[in-house]
Amino acid sequence: MAFDIPKIDYTGRIKEIKLGSGDEALTVGGQSSYPFHLFEGEMPHPPRIAMEVYDSPPEEWPEAALEPFTGVTDDPVAWAKKCVNDYGAEMVCLQLVSTDPNGLDRGADEAAEVVKKVAEAITVPLIVWGTANHDKDTEVLRRVSELCQGRKLIMGPVEEGDYKKIGASAIGYHHTVIASTPIDINLAKQLNILLGNLGVPDEQIIIDPTVSGIGYGIEYAYSVMERIRMAALAQQDEKLQFPIICNIARETWKTKEVKIATEEDPKLGDARKRGILMEAMSAMVLLLAGADVLIMRHPEAIGLVRQMIGELTTS
Amino acid sequence: MAITGIEIFKWLPKTNCGECGVPTCLAFAMSLAAGKMELAACPYVSEEAKAKLEEASAPPIRPVSIGVGDRALKVGGETVMFRHEKRFENPPGLAMLISDTMVAAEVDRRLERFKELEYERVGMTLRPELLALKADSGDDAKFVALVTKVEQASDASIILMSEKADILAAGLSACAQRKPLLYAATKENLDQVGHLARQNSCPLAAKAASLEELAQLTDRLTQSGIKDIVIDSGARSLRQAFTDQLVIRRAALLKKFRPLGFPSIVFPAEMTDDPMKEALIAATFVAKYGGIIVMSDFQGESLFPLLVERMNIFTDPQRPLATTEGIYEIGGLSEESPVLLTCNFSLTYFIVSGEVENSKVPGYLLVKDTEGLSVMTAWAAGKFSADVIAPFIKKCGITDRVKHRKLIIPGYIAAESGGLEEELPGWEIMVGPREGAHIPAYLKSWRP
Repeated sequence: MAFDIPKIDYTGRIKEIKLGSGDEALTVGGQSSYPFHLFEGEMPHPPRIAMEVYDSPPEEWPEAALEPFTGVTDDPVAWAKKCVNDYGAEMVCLQLVSTDPNGLDRGADEAAEVVKKVAEAITVPLIVWGTANHDKDTEVLRRVSELCQGRKLIMGPVEEGDYKKIGASAIGYHHTVIASTPIDINLAKQLNILLGNLGVPDEQIIIDPTVSGIGYGIEYAYSVMERIRMAALAQQDEKLQFPIICNIARETWKTKEVKIATEEDPKLGDARKRGILMEAMSAMVLLLAGADVLIMRHPEAIGLVRQMIGELTTS
Repeated sequence: MAITGIEIFKWLPKTNCGECGVPTCLAFAMSLAAGKMELAACPYVSEEAKAKLEEASAPPIRPVSIGVGDRALKVGGETVMFRHEKRFENPPGLAMLISDTMVAAEVDRRLERFKELEYERVGMTLRPELLALKADSGDDAKFVALVTKVEQASDASIILMSEKADILAAGLSACAQRKPLLYAATKENLDQVGHLARQNSCPLAAKAASLEELAQLTDRLTQSGIKDIVIDSGARSLRQAFTDQLVIRRAALLKKFRPLGFPSIVFPAEMTDDPMKEALIAATFVAKYGGIIVMSDFQGESLFPLLVERMNIFTDPQRPLATTEGIYEIGGLSEESPVLLTCNFSLTYFIVSGEVENSKVPGYLLVKDTEGLSVMTAWAAGKFSADVIAPFIKKCGITDRVKHRKLIIPGYIAAESGGLEEELPGWEIMVGPREGAHIPAYLKSWRP
């Protein structure tokens, strides 16, 4: 019984953006169909995974997440190098947790110096993620932007409350901004419009829809991302035709389900594997909804998700 | 419902007799289209119209039931490609494989795990539904022994797996009253296995080597009177199996292509030897259209996240999950422990309870029923204001558990603190953080 595969008439395409500089720069985006729908469109660039590095020793990480980074968690430069050299990271994301005004509250100059050192120690694209405190991020990210000019960083989160100054700095020093909004397609679109009006070129914008892990509202992020992709590809909504970045690792590894020891609740199985799977499965769900860049932590979770991307994109 | 009220109206008597219970035929047609009433309520509709309407209004993906009793499973019945378009209806069944070549002790361990592995979350019990019993030995007697054992020891819904009609018949004889899914009818055995399914009124899986062949098989089965069909496109590479799921769902929903309008069955168990990767493949099919997902084994570390993912994806986007109202105890509590208030939107509950746990400061979390609305939405709707919070605080029993009278309220309802102090004499109302992430810092510096 012959039948034609019912195909969607796509009218849009996701913009391609180049991340980083030099030989190891990466391009993401460019899709002309829904995620991995390769029977009716193209996905010229596979989704990419950035490995997390914290700029101060992580607190309260479960053993499974710390173990791969033994000996380097107090040195962001060594940590970033380990990610690239030992674990083959294709991108790195430096989480600037030390700058949190509710935490260590490290100053902008000091934090930016650390970013600069990491940026100089590795050649893969570097994401720099602040603390979502508008005043502090403005101060820190502008300093980072200036110190690392030419490195084509990916900086964020840039929100409606702080997009002007950080955006202006990104324009001046040619960095990509992470346009971050709280799980809402209309707010995402509005911020992209604001960034456009400010003068941020399209190829320097990536959307952060705000994500959470399995068990913590991943369905909201999932559906907002699917709606963004639908608007971008099938409804010609140009202001949503940007790649999507998902900062997922920290969301999964902070949950209590990941921290419970094997012997504490045997029904939850092996604690290490459970942590890896909570991260990898959350990442997988987001990939299916349209993630272009995933920020991940555990090398084994990353390895698994890479295999999945490989098998879904090559015939 | 695949047909509009106006289309249905054309086929009705248009007498407006009212005997169906609504005043006009048009109103009746609208109720039919919305799935609120049955066509049978109209005593005058013609046989011809009935046949046409049944054909046209049959769900584009047939709902299929497998098994009986507590673990009975209904799959299919989906109406949308994306959950935000309406909702996904029936979560995929999760099946654990047991082969008749496994030694008895291993079978026992699997049955035990199947029984044990269930989890409570937001007042729901999360657990798998199915055991897939596979005839690998080729020996009738061995298969029957396995089926009999499982039938007696487990309340699971059962899938019987063999491509040999006589072996399936033997297995079925040991569990027919459980209405197992027969897997599988193929182009080689279609008539015999179809006969078996008809005779025992069991659901039947059809397996083919391509979607075209699959459509032919289901067409033949449908013509022979079998309606409850589950479909396997035969693909065992991730990319092809994933693509097939998309195409099947689209063909059924967008093209109303009946031969593929059935729930699917997928086999992560046969797609990799790595259990971790198998879990990711299963996670893919939970989101993208698997009807039944067969795993080589269940282990807590992978089953738990899968079950939670399944619950998340199949949550109705218009009806957020709610947590039961009450006092939740976190950590080793004392009479001096802090008391925090939040709403019963389950996501808020998870985040707040998780952050209280992260703070390492034991605390009482009071969850007020706000009909599943988040703090701000509930507050704006008048469901989280002083006049409804105060009676809850008084009757929930927290006064028997702590000596102090200090209540931490969410930062977003700071405006209610004055009203609460009035309504709750003797209580000090403290305004907590707005964001969950700031709870640990707040609690660490909190003193009774």
